[in-house]
Amino acid sequence: MIRVVLGTLISHWRRRPLQLVFLLIGLSLATALWSGVQAINAEARAAYADAAGLLGRDRFDRLVGRNDVPIDAARFAELRRAGWAVSPVLEGTHKPTGLSLVGIDPLTMSQGAAPIGAGAGPGMAEILAPEGLLIVSAETADRLEDADLPRLFATEGLPPMTAIGDIGLVQRLLGRPGAISHLVIDPNSPAGLVPLAMLAPDLDRVAPAADGGLARLTDSFHLNLTAFGALAFVVGLFIAHSVIGLVFEQRRSTLRTLRALGVPMTQMVILLLAELLVLALVAGLAGVALGYLVAAALLPDVAGSLRGLYGADVPGSLTLRASWVLAALALTFVGTLAAAGLALWQAATMPVLAPALPRAWARASGKRLAWQGALGAVLLALAAVIALVGSGLPAAFALLAALLVGAALVLPLLVGGLVQWLGRGPGGPVSQWFWADTSQQVPGLSLALMALLLALASNVGVGTMVASFRQTFTGWLDQRLASELYLTVRSEAEADTILAWVTPRVDAVLPIRSVSAPLNGLPGEVYGIADHATYRDNWPLLDAVPDVWDRVAQGEAALVNEQLARRAGLALGDPVALPGGNLPVGGIYSDYGNPQPQALLGLRLFDSRFPDATHLRYGLRIAPDKAAALAQEITARHALPDGGVIAQADIKGYSLDVFERTFAVTDALNVLTLGVAAVALFASLMTLAELRLPQLAPLWALGLTRRRLAGIEFARIIVLATLVLMLAIPLGLALAWALVARLNVAAFGWQLPMALFPADWLWLALTALPAAGLAALWPALRLARMPPAALLRMFANERG
Amino acid sequence: MLLTIRGLTKTYPTREGPLAVLRGVDLDLDKGESLALVGESGSGKSTLLHLASGLDAADAGTISLQGAAIGEMSESQRAAVRRDRIGLIFQQFNLIPSLSAGSNIALQARLAGRNNPDWNAHLAYAMGLDGLLDRYPEELSGGQQQRVAIARALAARPALVLADEPTGNLDEANADAVLTLMLDLVATAGAGLLLVTHSQRQAARLNRQMRLVMGQSQA
Repeated sequence: MIRVVLGTLISHWRRRPLQLVFLLIGLSLATALWSGVQAINAEARAAYADAAGLLGRDRFDRLVGRNDVPIDAARFAELRRAGWAVSPVLEGTHKPTGLSLVGIDPLTMSQGAAPIGAGAGPGMAEILAPEGLLIVSAETADRLEDADLPRLFATEGLPPMTAIGDIGLVQRLLGRPGAISHLVIDPNSPAGLVPLAMLAPDLDRVAPAADGGLARLTDSFHLNLTAFGALAFVVGLFIAHSVIGLVFEQRRSTLRTLRALGVPMTQMVILLLAELLVLALVAGLAGVALGYLVAAALLPDVAGSLRGLYGADVPGSLTLRASWVLAALALTFVGTLAAAGLALWQAATMPVLAPALPRAWARASGKRLAWQGALGAVLLALAAVIALVGSGLPAAFALLAALLVGAALVLPLLVGGLVQWLGRGPGGPVSQWFWADTSQQVPGLSLALMALLLALASNVGVGTMVASFRQTFTGWLDQRLASELYLTVRSEAEADTILAWVTPRVDAVLPIRSVSAPLNGLPGEVYGIADHATYRDNWPLLDAVPDVWDRVAQGEAALVNEQLARRAGLALGDPVALPGGNLPVGGIYSDYGNPQPQALLGLRLFDSRFPDATHLRYGLRIAPDKAAALAQEITARHALPDGGVIAQADIKGYSLDVFERTFAVTDALNVLTLGVAAVALFASLMTLAELRLPQLAPLWALGLTRRRLAGIEFARIIVLATLVLMLAIPLGLALAWALVARLNVAAFGWQLPMALFPADWLWLALTALPAAGLAALWPALRLARMPPAALLRMFANERG
Repeated sequence: MLLTIRGLTKTYPTREGPLAVLRGVDLDLDKGESLALVGESGSGKSTLLHLASGLDAADAGTISLQGAAIGEMSESQRAAVRRDRIGLIFQQFNLIPSLSAGSNIALQARLAGRNNPDWNAHLAYAMGLDGLLDRYPEELSGGQQQRVAIARALAARPALVLADEPTGNLDEANADAVLTLMLDLVATAGAGLLLVTHSQRQAARLNRQMRLVMGQSQA
């Protein structure tokens, strides 16, 4: 019997393959975008874990030179002689290849800290051999196949573009003989030794970071991606819910007949569930494959963004992880059950003698829409309350969710009301019918219209945020990067030589000094700046006391970045806690893209408080047209390495490149979400087309041609899409405000000024309306070409 | 006795208050016997069929099919009775729209595990459907759909056929031919037939008649 019932249920899909296709498309797209984003997140998190685990960064304490001063070999030998089990590490970038080199001493390194002599790692003899070898990930080995490097040994668990080798080899490759970046402390050092603080007072002991800080820093970025994935998932589920609702409605008579013929209800519900789960499995597998492609396409940009924004190395290629596939499939099952829950419940509780109402699905009751609208209004009110009193990341996301879901729920009532209002004016009988019929179609199309609203609003909202950000960021870069050239030297002696030569050739030399230091107890950076018009005229101050620059120059006040002001709750005049004593806040400046708190002091005060800070970086002011020639001359005359002199334009270009890469991902997800919404509209129209025939056939019989009817059907969708677009713009602006003024502040610690870009809305209209038209075209064409016999059938008495 | 009904009562709630559709109906039907249920619209004929088939539950009274009390059965037991022992012919055909005419005819027999393609072919031929078996319900006329529904009910060779105006969509000649066939098949199989009809002429061709008036039986 099970086979017969299953066969009967499946026969519906054979007769209506399009519904099957749309159901699978809906579920696959929902899974694809969500799981694609999750794949990117999983890849990035795995990379953070690899980076954190490298040489036991997540387990072992380290000794580092104060203010990043390198440690010399004698100090290492001294500590070893005192009995401390420390091991030297040198880190640096191999300029020709961009490879991050990590040099270790395999003989003193704690067991298990490096992939040597165990598992898939190379043997001790190999790494210590005179010709040496570098341990890299397989991806890095492939990428550097032809590079001029010692032999590469590929293994697992290493971050991309990172190599581990013997410290002697790495010192040679980096051109830094005898240099040590830090010392790793083996936790098994003997007890009772002279404390390190006494033996090496100039070295700081740094505790292991659980995740290298990267996971925490990048959480907001991943949360944003996840939010987009979730939005696309919901829009995809709308398609599935819409199709499943129709399919169950069309199969009511079949279910009723099967029960009348003796199929027990529980068995039928179980079989319906099984059928859904099989479809979910098929759609889930397709979605996983599609998600993999989406993730693979987006990952290089995401990796670029993460590298540029946070210095996080994430591989540009994707690994297929079983956990990701299983999670995506589980989500498809959950999504399918969510989309089909109501329909299944109705099927399970349907009385066997209930009449079949094939058009009931399209005519959702006014009562349900009213309830839905009321719930939407409550959510919108909740969003308003959160906007007024909420704070923090959870509140920002709750605001977004309440705003979007509330607006979507209210939409059918609003559109229905607008259509009725538009139809109030005088008009011919066809126009009267058009408006009345359009109003009747709104409930049936409500899910598709809601999907369209969400996609359009997120386009407007995210587009406004990105454009505001771009405008602000570009202006801010011009202010922050006022010096035409930036000089970095290798030693203070070299600095003296170069500055003696360069000072008469430039308008000004501006020292840039910085140290890592706690600010109000938060890890941050302190900069020392000269008193110069470059800062007075350009620095992007958000708020300042009247004589701010004089007070900073005299060491009476400090400037703090917006991130520090927000995190520590600092306002003008409040004391900011710095090493060497508090200073009042004289000004707050914008510092986009910097995850860390920062403070600026006058140069004299900085030098007195941080006498050990290195004097290796300088800004050079010169006429812009002379900058490139001077940069070349300095580099050539003083044999500076690449990056010794950087032009302002290069830094700006790099910064803007990071910016564009970051939002390339958002743009791509925006387009994909809009595409999914168009598919939702198309799916609804195709499935509704059949149910529309009994309503259209009388018009045809009364003298309207099939072609004209098709034109009216097409126009109806354009009218509805236009109304949705008009409602999506204010909703999108509210969304942009929530992103800019709430989410951004909570996630990154700074606020953007929000600007309006009406030209972008016009562009969106020019994209969205043709997309809606395209969705409406096929059903309209089918109607225009429908044989008269098919329309005549609508008049045939079911019993005659 | 194939079917025994005693004191059957059914009331439906309406806006105007409870509406008694059946008020203590008694009925007996033997194997191989045919009984015509006649009466005005709303007299309770269709309700009686629904209760007899276990599709709905009575408020009071008993229904016994081959000695088994339908009112005391669970829903799944009633479903099994319908599947194995009853052939139902509905007013609205209730064909499965996604199955071809041939598959519709075989459906109940397959559910009951008694599918016999030769018997199905014979039924299709006898009903004048042999050239239409690959067509779907929407491609058939109302009369053709009704004949498919009759064939489906008979294909599983049920002990009891419950038919609600099975020839209502057919012209007189076709209605007579189909009824003749039904009576032949029911007699051959030794089944009982309880048939609702408005046609006095057709009712007269069955073994017995029972008239329902305001939910009560009048011999």
